[in-house]
Amino acid sequence: MLSLVEFILVGLVLTNLVLLGTSRIGLCIRMVAFQGVGLAFLPLLGHGDLTWSSLAISAATALLKGWAFPTLLFRSLESAHVRAEVEPYVSYSGSLLFGVAALAVSVWLGGRMPLPGPGVPQLLIPVAFFTILVGLFGIVTRRKAVSQVVAYLVLENGIFAFGAVALRKAQLLVEMGILLDVFVAVFVMGIAIFRINREFDHIDSGRLASLKE
Amino acid sequence: MPLVDHNAVHWGALARAALGLALCPLLFGVINRVKAKFAGRTGQPLLQTYFDLARLLKKGAVYSRTTTWLFPMGPLLGLACALAALCLAPLGGMPGLLSFEGDLFLFAGLLSLGRFATAAAALDTGSSFEGMGASREMQFAVPAELAQILGLAALAQATGSLSLSEMLARIDMVRWEAAGPVLALTGTALFLVLLAETCRIPVDDPNTHLELTMIHEVMVLDHSGPDLAFILYGQGVKMWTLCAMLAGLLAPVRSGDPLLDVSLGVAGVFALALVMGVVESSMARLRLLLVPRLLVGATALSALALILLLR
Repeated sequence: MLSLVEFILVGLVLTNLVLLGTSRIGLCIRMVAFQGVGLAFLPLLGHGDLTWSSLAISAATALLKGWAFPTLLFRSLESAHVRAEVEPYVSYSGSLLFGVAALAVSVWLGGRMPLPGPGVPQLLIPVAFFTILVGLFGIVTRRKAVSQVVAYLVLENGIFAFGAVALRKAQLLVEMGILLDVFVAVFVMGIAIFRINREFDHIDSGRLASLKE
Repeated sequence: MPLVDHNAVHWGALARAALGLALCPLLFGVINRVKAKFAGRTGQPLLQTYFDLARLLKKGAVYSRTTTWLFPMGPLLGLACALAALCLAPLGGMPGLLSFEGDLFLFAGLLSLGRFATAAAALDTGSSFEGMGASREMQFAVPAELAQILGLAALAQATGSLSLSEMLARIDMVRWEAAGPVLALTGTALFLVLLAETCRIPVDDPNTHLELTMIHEVMVLDHSGPDLAFILYGQGVKMWTLCAMLAGLLAPVRSGDPLLDVSLGVAGVFALALVMGVVESSMARLRLLLVPRLLVGATALSALALILLLR
């Protein structure tokens, strides 16, 4: 019988596959928010008993990833007036097939790594690797700045998943630091998207490469 | 000690195959009746497909002068493959007519061979529309077959057997409790494969009459009379076979009484037809570009199930 942690981890894999296969940016943002809220439960489930620090991390994570980031991203999407399509360089089917390959690689890699401690679910390391790989893939292959920010958040979710169950000590400080960094990064990216859009009337990063002085 | 005796031909298995042969046209009737109820119509009679088959068998076939021996062979080979696949498929946890280690690959191969026969016959007519349909059918078959093979491999891994009958006989409530997510993922993937293989919405629309959007229907446009009856019946047998497999996976209720198990299996098949009717009434078919993505998604689900088992 799968425990709740493993249930969340399987959910993480499925949302990653949706992220790779869908063409709507709005759905991508919702999926990342969904991932974030699911991940917010991990610090609570990783420990035997509830502590104030893990509660604080969970609340902050759920608030930031489930509400603040989606709101910010939807707002910048709206202000940028772009078509709500991802427009990737690699086709959606190709992305999904990459997802399957990445999952296999992460399982192979996860099998070779020692578990960071007792009570850590076996699935955790492969899924965290998989999420990080999907995030990196998204940053490289998506054309729009907004979807690159979404991919960045997926990458961060992978790191969070790794940390939430694996790190037992000094968790509060580390996680809070990471959350603050991510928040600032998304904030800055939101402003940058707005500026890029105002200057060039698009947020297509492929066309930014051909800029001239 | 294997649950299934591989060497004996059972009269029960023969009866179950005959049951499939007799009842499979009724599946179309059930799906059409569900769609009619959703649309607020009375709908065709439940037995319409039987009437259609009888009418088509009475007619003569018309062959274009451009066609060769490939053309009449298509429906024959298609039906033969569907019948052979039916012999392999278990019903309600009871074994099929034939079963041996590794017959799941023969099963997938038979379905592919049937598809090849239909597509080759379609290409033989030299019609551009039929060529287009054949091309689409083959394009969608690639991810669908991958999803099916990976899904069956996941089932084989979960149950430790390489024979369809043995595999489905071993799936019961206990195994669902032990490996529920894996079986659910496989079941979802195989359901999507079922929709693709039987050419139903959202992959293909059996009722469309616009050649540009047809897939399976456009491939059989030139067939007439008994040939068309063979194709129609072959579709029915294929749908029955795949539904029986999926019902055995999704609703593994085993009572021990053979008669009750078989009637439960038949009920499962018709319940799946009901679900297909509901799916067909509640959603439009996907854009052609989206279909491969759906099927690659099914492949990803199967692969995920297999990876979860292999880790």
